[in-house]
Amino acid sequence: MRRLGILLVILFGSSFILFNLAAISGDPLEGLRTSSEPSAKQQIITLTRELHLNVPPPARYFIWLRGILGLFVGKIDFGNARNGQAVSGLVQHAIPVTIRLVTMATVVAIVLGITIGIVTALRQYSRFDYAMTFVSFLLYSLPVFWVAVLLKQFLAIRFNTFLANPTVPLGWIIAYSSLSGIFWAGVISGNRKRVFQLFGIVAVGTGVLLEILSATKWFADPGLGPVVLFAAGVGAAFGVTQVSVGLNNKPALKASLTMAVLGLITYYPTQFAFKHSPHLTTILGLLAITLALGAGVGRFFAKVDQGPIIRTAMLTGFVISLITLLDKLMQTWAPYMATDAINGRPVPTIGQANSLLDQSDFWMSTLDTLMHLVLPTIALTLISFAGYVRFTRGTLLEVLNADYIRTARAKGLTERTVIMRHAFRNTLIPLTTIIVVDFAGIIGGAIITESVFGWVGMGTLFRQAISSFDLNLLMAVFFITASLSVLANLLADLLYSALDPRIRVGAGK
Amino acid sequence: MAILNRKKKSLEISSTDASENAIANKETEGLSQRQIVFKRFVRHRAAMISVFTITFLTIFVFTALNFRIGPWHIHGWWKYGIGDIPELRYKDCPSGNVGCPTLSIRPGFLGGKHFGFGEHPFGQDDIGRDYFALVMKGAQRSIMVMFIVGIIGGTIGTVVGAIAGFFRGTVDAVLMRFTDFIITIPSIIIGSVIGFHFGNLGATFLAFYLGLFAWTGLSRLVRGEFLKLRELEFVDAARVAGASNRRIIFKHILPNAVGVIIVSVTLLMSGAILLETALSYIGFGVVAPDVSLGLLISQYQDSFTSRPWLFLYPGFFIIAIALSVNFIGDGLRDAFDPRQRRRLSLKDRMSGRTEKKGE
Repeated sequence: MRRLGILLVILFGSSFILFNLAAISGDPLEGLRTSSEPSAKQQIITLTRELHLNVPPPARYFIWLRGILGLFVGKIDFGNARNGQAVSGLVQHAIPVTIRLVTMATVVAIVLGITIGIVTALRQYSRFDYAMTFVSFLLYSLPVFWVAVLLKQFLAIRFNTFLANPTVPLGWIIAYSSLSGIFWAGVISGNRKRVFQLFGIVAVGTGVLLEILSATKWFADPGLGPVVLFAAGVGAAFGVTQVSVGLNNKPALKASLTMAVLGLITYYPTQFAFKHSPHLTTILGLLAITLALGAGVGRFFAKVDQGPIIRTAMLTGFVISLITLLDKLMQTWAPYMATDAINGRPVPTIGQANSLLDQSDFWMSTLDTLMHLVLPTIALTLISFAGYVRFTRGTLLEVLNADYIRTARAKGLTERTVIMRHAFRNTLIPLTTIIVVDFAGIIGGAIITESVFGWVGMGTLFRQAISSFDLNLLMAVFFITASLSVLANLLADLLYSALDPRIRVGAGK
Repeated sequence: MAILNRKKKSLEISSTDASENAIANKETEGLSQRQIVFKRFVRHRAAMISVFTITFLTIFVFTALNFRIGPWHIHGWWKYGIGDIPELRYKDCPSGNVGCPTLSIRPGFLGGKHFGFGEHPFGQDDIGRDYFALVMKGAQRSIMVMFIVGIIGGTIGTVVGAIAGFFRGTVDAVLMRFTDFIITIPSIIIGSVIGFHFGNLGATFLAFYLGLFAWTGLSRLVRGEFLKLRELEFVDAARVAGASNRRIIFKHILPNAVGVIIVSVTLLMSGAILLETALSYIGFGVVAPDVSLGLLISQYQDSFTSRPWLFLYPGFFIIAIALSVNFIGDGLRDAFDPRQRRRLSLKDRMSGRTEKKGE
């Protein structure tokens, strides 16, 4: 409670400073004063009255603050923007856009970053580690606006052109397959012979797959169908079980495989539901049913130690649902491509939605939103994922040197258990706090990405506020980002002390 | 069987551990802390390459254009300045473009021209200004902003963190709340406000202001380090010997905290480059008559399809500078970290083993 009080004081102080700094550094009426328009004088008078410009900035701050303090009685008032619109209305439209923009990228970056960070830590000083270190430093040094333009050119426009005639040339197939071969050989590693074997298997596999996809013109009309779905489901079952409890745990494996079978059985009913009730609630409802099924199946197979098995089954169910959803979106792909609004060029380089597209069809508009997210997500992910890789690697290496890891190994636990249960969980403690703070900071950080990709979110509001000396708008953006960052810091501290009992909040002195 | 195998493995590990320790200890025998750090740093290959790159780039970039220090004019080695407007070149350009670059790095036997800068290595902009000169000017700005932010942010952060950590109590509370205070203002927002209103005062001023807001993370780190170090015996010893607070801070604690400080200052510097270019890109940093890498990119991003060089070259310079600084920071971190053990090469192991046998 005391901390909360301090935070309020801090917020108050920094908003006061920024308000005055912004107020004295620009004159919102400057353009009107020099204007020769006959109505200019009238406008000056109205603006002065509405924005209280006749009050000196320090006093004007308190007028603004009075509106903000309405927060406690449930009616917050950010004042009006220059053109008379209520700022709170503008902000209400902008926030969901920004959140949509950054959430996906952050989640992808975190998952990828942590995974690769773990792999590099486990393969410390291998070629793979050195390569990933270099790549992450490179990404860390990239300006986002520069990458964004390159992505637009090389990914979006080339890919769109490629879709007109979706056959992958032989040179590209060879390049892709050897790249993926090198990557997976580096990840799994082992002695030299094994590395070469792996490289061969993965490269040939990828090559053949690409060739098949290319020959059947799969890219023009993608889809998975029940067979591939089932295969992917079985794969997911094995993968999730291995990571979660280990393949030796037979009940867990059986439960996950049952989930895969259930995914296959319910394929057609699910498609039916998707077709006849295309709403977000349907998807969420089906997901809830899947999770409940997972819990049930897990319970059924578990004799002892139910928790982990139920968790495994639910996770598998979740992955399978995602694959099913992906399949449905892929089915929408061909009709989506054929619409006039898209005209066979599906990856957009700008904007947040296609205004020409008929928004009545749920699947179409969902796919459209997702397609508009592709490029910004890749750009933001590339930039932020490097930090997670480095951080995870550093923390995990530190943890792996700890005595309790040595103890765990000495007890004879399997390497999987040592890493997933003992090392990884302890790595997560500092990671959580970083992630929380990042999530808050990213709302302010998307200013540049928004401007490159032409989204109208908080960043756009902010730029508009600065260039038109719109103090109320500026302060609203600042107030939201600042309170988010303050709250996130508080939350991070609390989480840290909750996760790590050695740390006590408030005992800093 | 499995257990036996594992046992064997762990035995192996412990024996190599011991020998590695022996080698590591032997390596640092009779060396001062500074020498050890320097030795480790020199061994970090990427960091050394980066040191050379950044030194070379700085000299290359700053001597390229005419320079004025007070009354002296120093002539740059490049023939054009950013104010010169030579005639637009249109000969030999592919697909009817104008002002294409003449830089050729493909040697003659691979079908290219001989290596050479040519008339306009990076091409020309819309009105014919030499783009190489513009990029050089922008890179000068970036490097300057980087150093100014590094110096100002580093100094303030160190001083605030040191005082807070050393004196603790009320001083600490006040200073740390002040730091929190600055942290709440996202750097890009404060940068934009400053840049938009004062950007026309020049990049130096902008850098100065950015530095005034960039020290917060550093000061927290320094504070933590000071809190830890002030409890150690050597500080007590110094105090018993009658050293003043100032002497303890500067002579006893600061040298021990210098690793943390240097590492985070390098990170601060690479962040500053990206921040400056980003601000200039959205139009709130360095503004039009002046030149900056971010500004160049933002001006020419639309001509990417027709004249990609106008977009690519400034980006390459940003990446080169930021990447080198990041690698230097990484090398320094490794060098200062006492727990960091180098990966021992096969040769070291062999020599360690033979010495052991000889004992």
